[in-house]
Amino acid sequence: MENTDIIDGAITNSVLHKANSRGNANHGWLESYHTFSFANYQNSERMNFGVLRVLNDDRVSQGMGFGKHPHDNMEIISIPLEGDLEHQDSMGNTTVIKEGDIQAMSAGTGIFHSEYNKNKDQSVKFLQIWIYPNKKNVTPRYDQITLDLNDRHNKLQQILSPNPEDEGVWIHQNAWFHIGKFDSDFSTVYELKKPGNGVYAFVLKGDFTIGNIDLNERDGLGIWDTNAINITANSANAEILLMEVPMQLESNK
Amino acid sequence: METINILYIGRHPEILETVIRLINANENWNGVGVMNDEEAKEIFLKKDFSIVLLGSGIQEESETELCTFFKNINTNISIVQHYGGGSGLLKSEILLTLENTK
Repeated sequence: MENTDIIDGAITNSVLHKANSRGNANHGWLESYHTFSFANYQNSERMNFGVLRVLNDDRVSQGMGFGKHPHDNMEIISIPLEGDLEHQDSMGNTTVIKEGDIQAMSAGTGIFHSEYNKNKDQSVKFLQIWIYPNKKNVTPRYDQITLDLNDRHNKLQQILSPNPEDEGVWIHQNAWFHIGKFDSDFSTVYELKKPGNGVYAFVLKGDFTIGNIDLNERDGLGIWDTNAINITANSANAEILLMEVPMQLESNK
Repeated sequence: METINILYIGRHPEILETVIRLINANENWNGVGVMNDEEAKEIFLKKDFSIVLLGSGIQEESETELCTFFKNINTNISIVQHYGGGSGLLKSEILLTLENTK
């Protein structure tokens, strides 16, 4: 549902993706909810939000996973929500990422990787996010960090940026990601970092209000043509992911 | 149903193989993959392609030259930047292009 009217002066341009409107693929070992068109889920009205092209909400059964497969020219971010994910790639990395970690890969000229549920007794849940790069054919790279989960209580913790020296992982795009875990009724303002960017909010847990739009678990709300957004948690331990991204894919040679 | 011929150009051999396999998994699509520009031009002259997918590793100069060549031969050709490798986006890119050229 796209809204281009002014609502109480709060949000001028927005698109709301309710959780139950997402594409669903259930392969048994893998259940995935796609916010945007992906694989067999094709919806011409759900192609992207700016340079945010993929937002997959995946659950992988114990011991199962994605076998070795290739990627190129894409910034790929994985955020585990529950359980442990084992990563291997053609750059020689073998790592395990767990809740509280974030992984970023620049596929560039080409990489192969696999992602498996490391656990034998529980599913792993994670978000797989793809961002179009601002530069094509870069040298592939991999990065992974462990975040301090206490650093997101009633504040927005930066987990990704375009700058290697900044907090969180970095990617080849003018994008900033934040996660916040809020007490009920806690409010904050997110100020966008770059003019022309939009922000896509995805509710990980609980309920929120952004502007005057109510959001529940796994709802997504994209907002553009704004400098800041007001966020209020409507339930205890409510958790939200904010993805600020350019709304246009700039020349990326 | 008419078969849609799709030319994929990319410098990474394993990704090329994967992309072609995925294209050809659709019974109405026929994918042809090449790694170098001369081969791309040669095959473009021999076959009636609807879409050209530009994959990874193609430098700007090559890309410009290829696009000019293809457009000179067929002004209606759709040339698409392919992102992501053999992945969940390939189908979207092709379907969207076909939709836009209807």
